[in-house]
Amino acid sequence: MNKKTTQKIAFITFRALGLLVVAILLGILGFIIYNGIGVISWEFLTAAPTEGMTAGGIFPAIVGTLCLVVGSMVFAFPLGVMSAVYMNEYAGNGWVVKFIRVMTNNLSGIPSIVFGLFGMALFVNTLKFGDSILAGSLTLGLLILPLIIRTTEEALKAIPDSYRTGSLALGSSKLQTIRRVVLPMAFPNIITGLILSIGRVSGETAPILFTVAAYFLPKLPTGIFDQVMALPYHLYVIVTSGTDIESSRPIAYGTALVLIAIVLIMNLLATSLRKYFGKKVKTG
Amino acid sequence: MKQLRRIFERIVEVMLALSGSITTLAIFLIIIFLFKEGLGLFNNSAVEKGYVLCVHPTNPVEQLNPQQIKHLFDSEITNWKEVGGRDEEIMIFRFDEIFSIYSDEELGEDYALLPQKLGEVIAQNSNIIAFLPEKYLPEDRSSMKVLLSGTIDVAAFFGGQEWQPTATPAPQYGVLPLVLGTLWVSLFAILIALPLGLGVAIYLSELAEDRTRKILKPTIELLAGIPSVVYGFFGLVVVVPLIQKTLHLPVGETAFAGSLILAVMALPTIITVAEDSMRNTPRAMREASLALGATSWQTIYKVILPYSSSGIIAAVVLGIGRAIGETMAVLMVTGNAAVMPHSLFESVRTIPATIAAELGETPAGGTHYQALFLLGIILFSMTLIISLSAEFISKRQQRKGVL
Repeated sequence: MNKKTTQKIAFITFRALGLLVVAILLGILGFIIYNGIGVISWEFLTAAPTEGMTAGGIFPAIVGTLCLVVGSMVFAFPLGVMSAVYMNEYAGNGWVVKFIRVMTNNLSGIPSIVFGLFGMALFVNTLKFGDSILAGSLTLGLLILPLIIRTTEEALKAIPDSYRTGSLALGSSKLQTIRRVVLPMAFPNIITGLILSIGRVSGETAPILFTVAAYFLPKLPTGIFDQVMALPYHLYVIVTSGTDIESSRPIAYGTALVLIAIVLIMNLLATSLRKYFGKKVKTG
Repeated sequence: MKQLRRIFERIVEVMLALSGSITTLAIFLIIIFLFKEGLGLFNNSAVEKGYVLCVHPTNPVEQLNPQQIKHLFDSEITNWKEVGGRDEEIMIFRFDEIFSIYSDEELGEDYALLPQKLGEVIAQNSNIIAFLPEKYLPEDRSSMKVLLSGTIDVAAFFGGQEWQPTATPAPQYGVLPLVLGTLWVSLFAILIALPLGLGVAIYLSELAEDRTRKILKPTIELLAGIPSVVYGFFGLVVVVPLIQKTLHLPVGETAFAGSLILAVMALPTIITVAEDSMRNTPRAMREASLALGATSWQTIYKVILPYSSSGIIAAVVLGIGRAIGETMAVLMVTGNAAVMPHSLFESVRTIPATIAAELGETPAGGTHYQALFLLGIILFSMTLIISLSAEFISKRQQRKGVL
């Protein structure tokens, strides 16, 4: 075979593969949206489940997921940003930073179910938080730390050293430089990381199985030691172990759509933020 | 004033350093707690807690291992000869049966006479094996012999082929089917995802126009953001029935369904990492190849692919890591039968799915609970090895890049 023909065949194959992967993605999204869009209504979003979770809405699950997102971010966001500031601004490039970086990478590679086990052993059983928003949020917070640290570090790295040396030359201290120059400039990208983390946290099921998630709990939480329902776990429950799997199918589609919508919106928000501020920094 | 500020800065610095160590601390805590909860398993008696096995005092058998106990109570072992005793048929006696032999009155008030009656039953049958609660053992032990059941064996745990944590009287904790099930599903997932992912990576890095790439890359990253429970749901309502119908299987919940879903989930990782490393190929190398008269395709597979091979390997390793640890999607589509995997078209059960499905029903501190934490340790070690090797491989490429 002529080498030009080989090339043509190879390239056509690769283009087809690219198309195929996009088709798979759009297929999954389209399927959920097509089946779920009819279920979404104001009532679906604001009512509690009724009749053995075969009717009614998913309001308690939405509130529960919201609680977990806020809880985990309150814990993980400041800690992650501080950790990244330390690694990028203070620690230099010695073995300490290398070691921490390896550890952070490893933490991000640990399966989410192991976080669930750990959260149950430490927060639920040893510290006696019980199945609670607190235990779930801490578990999810640990899970999301590597992502926050990585995005923050990238944001800090993108700031040219001349800004730092300029500020230091004007007589400000290192901390002042970080607070007044480095952090404000890196802020948009750090926020992007936060938004992506919110998308990730709202979809995680395995870490909350044994630390917070309630099978069915129509009342809303009143404090951080309450159990809550959560969207991903609710979807799992109504798909696999509901009382009447067939008649709860529409609710499953609706819940899946809400979950996907959260992730999509968070991703779009993050990308457009990045684009918007990216342009501003360049022209400014 | 200035001094005060210096002290303040020092405090902030210490706080930053402390938070810098948070991920390291988290890893150590995870390791400590997994071991703390799990390792107790091997100190536990192989027979269910609070129960004992008794035989006739003249029976020469002193000890049975968990597997023998299970086969015996499943009536797969029917003669004492098979476990080193006399040539006698085994008579199994479960505690409940005492109530069909004696009426409540004969057993006395608050079952005060129960231990004595149990002793009588055992003394009358030389071929008996009785499974009794410890608290009803008679004080006079001359009429029976309590079998030593030994503790749960490390070798039996790692090499055992049966995972039946609720079996009585001896739960079976053999992790081999779960470990192999995990690897089985993940490896096939990568076999499906690798050619696809590699093709797309080549397309993105070498063929696609800038505009196409700018749309495609974020779209693929989006694929990584979809929650695994949604993939599981999609798998359950679309992929599973499809497999069942097209392949004419009795059930669609198979290892194959799990592999397909995992392949889709591993694709973004493979594509992104592989594409990054291909794009890192120095321009000079491409141009040199083209200048020598090679076509673009020849350049790709003779120059770019070999150059970025360690990046591609890292992509595969990371993809396997993601697949091994995936919980919800696999739990929902593989059917979860805890048997040694034989074919792709049968139900299997993975380690994460086992933990997710069983931990909720076990009391904290029991043997089953401990066994699940040990599974967590196995899973943790597998992924740790994987991320460390991925790190090592991509370091090697970076070094190559400098030269």
